[in-house]
Amino acid sequence: MIPEIGHFILILALCVALVQAIIPGMGLLNRRVDWMNVAQPAAVLQFILVLISYSILTYSFIVHDFSVLYIANTSNSELPLIYRISGVWGAHEGSLLLWVLILSAWTAVVAIYSKRYPVDVGAGVTSVLGFISIGFLMFTLFTSNPFERHFPAPVDGADLNPLLQDPAMAIHPPMLYMGYVGFAIPFAFAITALVQGKVDTAWARWVRPWAIGAWVCLTAGITLGSWWAYYELGWGGWWFWDPVENASFMPWLTGTALIHSLAITEKRHALRNWTVLLAILSFSLSLLGTFLVRSGVLTSVHAFATDPTRGIFILIFLGVVIGISLMLFAIRAWQMRTTGSFTLVSREMSLLSNSVLLLIAMLTVLLGTLYPLILEAITGEKISVGPPYFSSVFIPLMVPVVFLVAIGPLMSWRKENLSQLLLKLRQPAIIAVLFASLLLLVLPGKANFTAWFALLLAFWVINNCFALLKQRLRNTNNLSQGLRRIPRGWYGMITAHIGLVMTVIGIGLSSVYSQEQDVYMAPGDDRTLGAYRFEFIDVKKKPGPNYMADVGTIHVYKNDERLMTLHPEKRLYNVRRNVMTEAAIHSNLLRDLYVSLGEPRNLESGSWSVRLYYKPFILWIWLGGLFMVIGGLLAVTDRRYRIEVPDEKLKLDSTHVAAS
Amino acid sequence: MNPKQKQRLVLVSLLVIGLGTGVSLVLMALNENINLFFTPSQVVAGEVPTNQRFRIGGMVTLNSVEKLDNELTVRFKLNDSAKEVQLEYAGILPDLFREGQGIVAEGKLNEEGIFIADQVLAKHDENYMPPEVAQALEASGSAYYNNEENR
Repeated sequence: MIPEIGHFILILALCVALVQAIIPGMGLLNRRVDWMNVAQPAAVLQFILVLISYSILTYSFIVHDFSVLYIANTSNSELPLIYRISGVWGAHEGSLLLWVLILSAWTAVVAIYSKRYPVDVGAGVTSVLGFISIGFLMFTLFTSNPFERHFPAPVDGADLNPLLQDPAMAIHPPMLYMGYVGFAIPFAFAITALVQGKVDTAWARWVRPWAIGAWVCLTAGITLGSWWAYYELGWGGWWFWDPVENASFMPWLTGTALIHSLAITEKRHALRNWTVLLAILSFSLSLLGTFLVRSGVLTSVHAFATDPTRGIFILIFLGVVIGISLMLFAIRAWQMRTTGSFTLVSREMSLLSNSVLLLIAMLTVLLGTLYPLILEAITGEKISVGPPYFSSVFIPLMVPVVFLVAIGPLMSWRKENLSQLLLKLRQPAIIAVLFASLLLLVLPGKANFTAWFALLLAFWVINNCFALLKQRLRNTNNLSQGLRRIPRGWYGMITAHIGLVMTVIGIGLSSVYSQEQDVYMAPGDDRTLGAYRFEFIDVKKKPGPNYMADVGTIHVYKNDERLMTLHPEKRLYNVRRNVMTEAAIHSNLLRDLYVSLGEPRNLESGSWSVRLYYKPFILWIWLGGLFMVIGGLLAVTDRRYRIEVPDEKLKLDSTHVAAS
Repeated sequence: MNPKQKQRLVLVSLLVIGLGTGVSLVLMALNENINLFFTPSQVVAGEVPTNQRFRIGGMVTLNSVEKLDNELTVRFKLNDSAKEVQLEYAGILPDLFREGQGIVAEGKLNEEGIFIADQVLAKHDENYMPPEVAQALEASGSAYYNNEENR
């Protein structure tokens, strides 16, 4: 009975979404304030309904209601409580419900905050979000109902995929979804602005915190996913250019361009069309990501067993959303001519160059991801595009981006004096070359151009951050007061940029200096990687809560001194009978030691195939992600977004305040 | 030219230069990094150009996995229920690699017609069949594929 209530409430939510989409939308077009006022209560009500429905599904998971088909397929009576809760999004149907929940939650938050926007803008945004919600609710209800029953109920469930029984994996999908869905808000603002034909500095200031918020979640989601892949998959890789990874990376690239372009639009009233286009693209790419993951058209490690009708549904939805929004853009964009002008050497120009480069990078990733599909559709030939394609295209495009990250913030808006700029850059440049070269001599391993270049870029950005700070503080004599007076958003920018170069250092140094060996090892055998000697002791059986593990013991020596003992595991899960590798990893800021078990090779001698890795600086990749997230959070909580707008400014048809 | 036109000119030329570099990089990289996909039947029929990397997909033949002693190399056969190809892989097989399971391998054929794989991909979801493998099986009229249960 309870699952039926959940299903019924979800249908009610769809009805409310229809009201939320249509009535405020009509109100916007007919200028009826009373219709517009429906937006907020409808959005909140929809969120409550979806939340109840979602809680019911969670409850059914917790109490092991295996008569629900979805639960029977993804849970089991042995599954620990935490994974029964996270198991709700462990497969297709539930993760869609999570998607809808997050969308309605974001919408409710926007609706509550909409008191800060003119009533027509709030209504427009809520209405657009309502239409998106209708699409996903229909998708859930008609093609992937998580409450579907089947009788007779099985005695026990088929269990959650053991790969997903992991803390990072439990929070990775919600973070990623919050990012994906979060870009619906800048999108909704963009559509509303296009309908109304006004994109101004106030508009940019409204959108900025939402765009940054979505970007923070997406960054966190991608970082977690990459870290998870590194320690859980047992291959020691952290990014595979897998179609599904690309699907989350593409909106990240345009989202990054968007938050920077919004800065120009807010501060300088320039590049309005470009900003609106990026907002549309970011959300469209999020939808494309959903399509790629859910339709199973691509060979991917993430692909679920899928049903073709789902793919077609999302493809139609994608077509409608992108089609309508780009059409609207084409009709309206020419009316919004740029007013703020700038010159070739200016902060606008460096921000613009970077967003163009990010867009191009996104297009190359898109091409590499879709090329196999396109080629197969045209010629019937089946191909795959390998990671070397992405590395060889993507990295050259990112080098100028990182280079410009350093100097952009140092430039003035509108027009920068070139010779003065060069003067400002001289000192940081010299220090960067010096530091990078010196550090390269200290690092273990041979001097290498890639490593040097990565360090050079990193120091270039870091030095310029210092130069920037100096420039900021040049008019104060009181240091602590000066530091406090700098807005939080500025610290956010610096933190995120430093995060970016930390990732650059991690990628550069780990790719150059990593050593890896797949070896056949019998007890007593040893291998040396870098300064470390790994001695294989044995593998013993040990039971876990819902699995049986082979636990290996490997001693690690450095300079003939025993440093640590690592225990990689090979687990056989009781229910699904599948095997999982749990790598043993010892990390610190300088290096990771990574050991994973392959398979038993000779039962008599107790020998195994073993994977040994020595990976310097790899932790920096994810630390960089963490810094970017912190930077984004600092920017979102900047007090200027919290300033209340006086009431009289919010009346219908008011002229928006232009920020100075 | 007024400042607005100038700005637009700069924007357009930036886009053109950027796109130009992007496109040329992409075309160069695509040329070098595309792997064609072949089925065991196609390999046996000699449709595969020699000395070129490609992907092969099929089911791991039952009882064909042979682990060499004192070294890492594993030998196994891959079939599409019509034809069979011998593979050799010196590395650690993925957890979901099993006899009777659909996999995709990447590598080259050697002179003896043995496929030397440097990468073996099995999927995370055991119900999931790589689309290429499913189609290869369908093409060869596999009983496995025609069995609704396994679809």
